[in-house]
Amino acid sequence: MSKVAPELQYSAEHEWIATDGAGPSTIGVSAVAADALGDIVYVDLPEVGSTVTAGESCGEIESTKSVSDLYAPVTGEVTEVNPAAVEDPALINTDPYGAGWLFKVTVESEGPLLSAAEYAEANGGEL
Amino acid sequence: MTENHTALYGEHEKAGASFTDFGGWQMPLKYSSELAEHHAVRNAAGLFDLSHMGEVWVTGPDAAAFLDFALAGKLSAVAVGKAKYSLICNADGGIIDDLISYRRSDERYLVVPNAGNAATVAGLLAERAAGFDVVVNNVSSETSLIAVQGPNAEAILLTLVPAEQHSLVTELKYYAAVDVVINGQELLLARTGYTGEDGFEIYIPNADAATLWQALLANGTAQGLIPAGLAARDSLRLEAGMPLYGNELSLDGHAYAAGLGPVVSLAKESDFVGKAALAAIKESGDGTTTGRKLVGLKGMGRRSARGHYPVLKDGATIGEVTSGQPSPTLGYPVAMAYVDVAHAEPGTVLDVDLRGKAEPFEVVALPFYKRQK
Repeated sequence: MSKVAPELQYSAEHEWIATDGAGPSTIGVSAVAADALGDIVYVDLPEVGSTVTAGESCGEIESTKSVSDLYAPVTGEVTEVNPAAVEDPALINTDPYGAGWLFKVTVESEGPLLSAAEYAEANGGEL
Repeated sequence: MTENHTALYGEHEKAGASFTDFGGWQMPLKYSSELAEHHAVRNAAGLFDLSHMGEVWVTGPDAAAFLDFALAGKLSAVAVGKAKYSLICNADGGIIDDLISYRRSDERYLVVPNAGNAATVAGLLAERAAGFDVVVNNVSSETSLIAVQGPNAEAILLTLVPAEQHSLVTELKYYAAVDVVINGQELLLARTGYTGEDGFEIYIPNADAATLWQALLANGTAQGLIPAGLAARDSLRLEAGMPLYGNELSLDGHAYAAGLGPVVSLAKESDFVGKAALAAIKESGDGTTTGRKLVGLKGMGRRSARGHYPVLKDGATIGEVTSGQPSPTLGYPVAMAYVDVAHAEPGTVLDVDLRGKAEPFEVVALPFYKRQK
């Protein structure tokens, strides 16, 4: 069963967000989503300096079998994207909560977020 | 719809497969990584469960004449031991299924339809047999089908065949079949496949399928054999430019637009179901000089086209994608699409509407991938 990292918060659209103190928050997609998509081969991320809006599409994730929108779990300015994940999207499958992180945002406001337990309950993940 | 399980379902579960519904069957989608499974078939070998495919025996003095009537190809011209790819059409020339028929003797053929169409095809064959001296016997529910595909397929198979029968395997031509002892049991072995690689398909009673599956894996692992699911099968067949029923082929389409004109034998003396309609379609030029035809598209960017996406020329819709995804072997997106014949020449640059954004694709000849022989 796909892992749900207990220390993170999640959106209903399968993004995770790590909020560490005053700095920008880090965003990625859950292992549940990565496993469902299959081998990820391409990721389109928002540009540094652009503003993303909670609940709105800000990019896309393409696997061999399908393509999915990437939704912003928060509103705010993008401060950094992960070049390693763009270069080697397989990182999103192999290490979705670590090396496969996607982008960082200076959060102005949060969309509706779920705790790890709530997300796991709703999506069949394993805490 | 009831979800059928093949006799190998337990093997797939043991191997950690994730499952998907295909034609009413719960089939392995992938075991670990569909990309790893795809590359294994191109570089070593993959093991597929194709037990969801149908198997219909046609036996009797009129078997050849009957199949000449029931199918679009000239099955009477197939030599004993050989196989032929053909179509079963309706009276309007629409494609009910694409299928492979193996001639096992003068009076006996094995017809193999696709999973979702097996019952329909078996029923139609029985119906069309009226007036012919043949027996149509649908053994789909008791027959399993296991495929070993990839450059190491022959070597792996030979480990389960007695030495005195090795030449039956090594000398078996593509699109031919032979009875061979495999793992101690005489079975029908065909050198056919749907991956673009060399490979074999083995027909086996359900009760014996798991034992053979395990034996192939045990002997093949050292040569890179891994089980491969439907996800890899789809990317492999797309690279090989092979049509999938329901995507490239359908009742609403016809052989000429799909590039399968050579499969239709208008020249055979006898009548066949759909002959008059197909002759009229050919005469009209639909799919060759007018209308739309099936082409290959090579993505010039990194994003992939997917089924049903519109194909554009200068902003106007001139076609529709039927299958598309990134090609693991070639490293760029590939797709098949029906496009207006005016824009079907290889080298033509078209756009595909990728969820609101036009991205360029070049028309290329099929297949995308061809193995080195």
